[in-house]
Amino acid sequence: MSEPILTLTDAVVAFDALRAVDGVSLTVPRGQRRAIIGPNGAGKTTLFNAIAGMVPPSSGRIMFDGHDITKLPPHRRAQLGISRTFQITNLFPTLSVQDNMVLALRGLSPRKFSLFGRPDTDSVEAPRIAAALGAARIAKRADVTVKELSYGEQRQLEIALSLVTTPTMLLLDEPAAGLSPSERSMVAEIIRSLDRDITVVLIEHDMDLALGLVDFVTCMFEGRILVEEAPEGIRRNHKVQEVYLGKPRHA
Amino acid sequence: MTMPRTPKPSRLAGMNGRAALIAATIGVAAAALPLVLSNYQVGLATEVLIFGILAMSIDILAGFAGRTSLGHGAIFGVSTYVVVYATAHAGVPPAAAFAAGVLAATLVAAIFGLLAVRTSGVYFLLLTLALGMIVWGICLRWTQVTGGENGMRGDVRPALLLTNTAFYWAVLAGAAVVTFAMWRFVRSPFGLTLRGIRDSESRMRSLGYNVPLHLFIGFTVSAFFAGVAGAMYAMFNNFVSPSTVALAQSVEGVLMMIAGGVGTLFGAFVGAAAIIALENVVSAYTERWQMVLGITFILIMIFAPEGIIGKLRAILTRKVR
Repeated sequence: MSEPILTLTDAVVAFDALRAVDGVSLTVPRGQRRAIIGPNGAGKTTLFNAIAGMVPPSSGRIMFDGHDITKLPPHRRAQLGISRTFQITNLFPTLSVQDNMVLALRGLSPRKFSLFGRPDTDSVEAPRIAAALGAARIAKRADVTVKELSYGEQRQLEIALSLVTTPTMLLLDEPAAGLSPSERSMVAEIIRSLDRDITVVLIEHDMDLALGLVDFVTCMFEGRILVEEAPEGIRRNHKVQEVYLGKPRHA
Repeated sequence: MTMPRTPKPSRLAGMNGRAALIAATIGVAAAALPLVLSNYQVGLATEVLIFGILAMSIDILAGFAGRTSLGHGAIFGVSTYVVVYATAHAGVPPAAAFAAGVLAATLVAAIFGLLAVRTSGVYFLLLTLALGMIVWGICLRWTQVTGGENGMRGDVRPALLLTNTAFYWAVLAGAAVVTFAMWRFVRSPFGLTLRGIRDSESRMRSLGYNVPLHLFIGFTVSAFFAGVAGAMYAMFNNFVSPSTVALAQSVEGVLMMIAGGVGTLFGAFVGAAAIIALENVVSAYTERWQMVLGITFILIMIFAPEGIIGKLRAILTRKVR
């Protein structure tokens, strides 16, 4: 196993009395594709928000790529190479797809502070944007205003935005949420064809989709880790079946 | 296939040919105005330019960063106070006083900005309103320096610009430079980050942007331009009193921006012209001109909530399609 890129030690996220994430310890090796599954309210998205910095943990420690990021704000974590998508589409609706990509790309470059400079992309930026749009299969729609895109296209743009900075670790929060079966398989294809150097952590409700995409699975239940196993093991695991389907009744 | 966007061939300082032509035409027409207007009307036209700059500076924040400031009248007025005080009481030459006024406004706004950038929506509105009220209170009560309610008089205008026409041309030239600068600012890579913040702060943060820092810079730059307008106003009026920094001043700037069209930038001049014309024309006929102004606003909000320029733009694009 290669060195760990992400390590959570006893992470707790508490909202008053509710411990949404209740003492999670987790290690993701560099380059792994990891799914975090679990029923509604298991604490998956809260765990994501703790890793991305939207909701800092109440206690515990988060290490990323050799840095202690427990208390860093989201934009500093992004600068270290963490990129994320949102479960509820979170784009810039009044801007064009192209401008959305420009914003995503310049988040990590000093050009964002050019107060009176030209707006056009330069010879380094343009190919990177084209590559990310191509990877997310949405290159044809570059000049369209985001609010005029279909929902499926907006989900594709979610992924394109998180890819354009070539992150070290990509956090995908239900990338296929609300999509039709054909759109889901396209999103799966996009994720499958990502660069193997990128560590991917994925939350997904659809077990079949998730298990087909990853090397290793963490199943959460009631804020804690229930099981960690490879996908084949997860399918047969009784505990996982119980939390998803309820306890089998004994005759 | 995506085509990487390349700069179009014929560009003048970032403008394409047609935009440069329109800008030049408007500039020449505006420069020719004193030939047809009376001396009094030239004064009004100067006022339109000055308040247009103030309204544009508010539009930078309201139209692009999604934050409407009710403190820009006070920032404008700080500059006016400093310019009048510096020339009338400290004997500073006009050019240096102008620079001191703009600098003072920018510094005051930087302090405002530190407090205001962590808020949005109605909280931003109220916080900037409160900060503006503090400035107003100081100008009213610090009598030894500001002259209190009586205000301050001073011959601020440089000798070269004493006639209304000469001063109008100077303000027009200044307005042209400032307008071009603001246009470049909102279109710049930084300007795009303000629009990004308006659309989604949480996405901006997860993309690596320090959102409060961007808002702080945006606020300070916007205030710099409000300060330029305030310094021009000092030379226009040769007088300053607490009403220059009062809430009504901020509100008037915001109303001009809204009447012209939020986010249109140049609409600010149209809004300023509409309101100043109304004030002066209607007040010649009735003392209740403020009521007429109010009704006009209600009509604009009902029939053209996107403002005068916004409405025209919508009509034009519909025709093109």
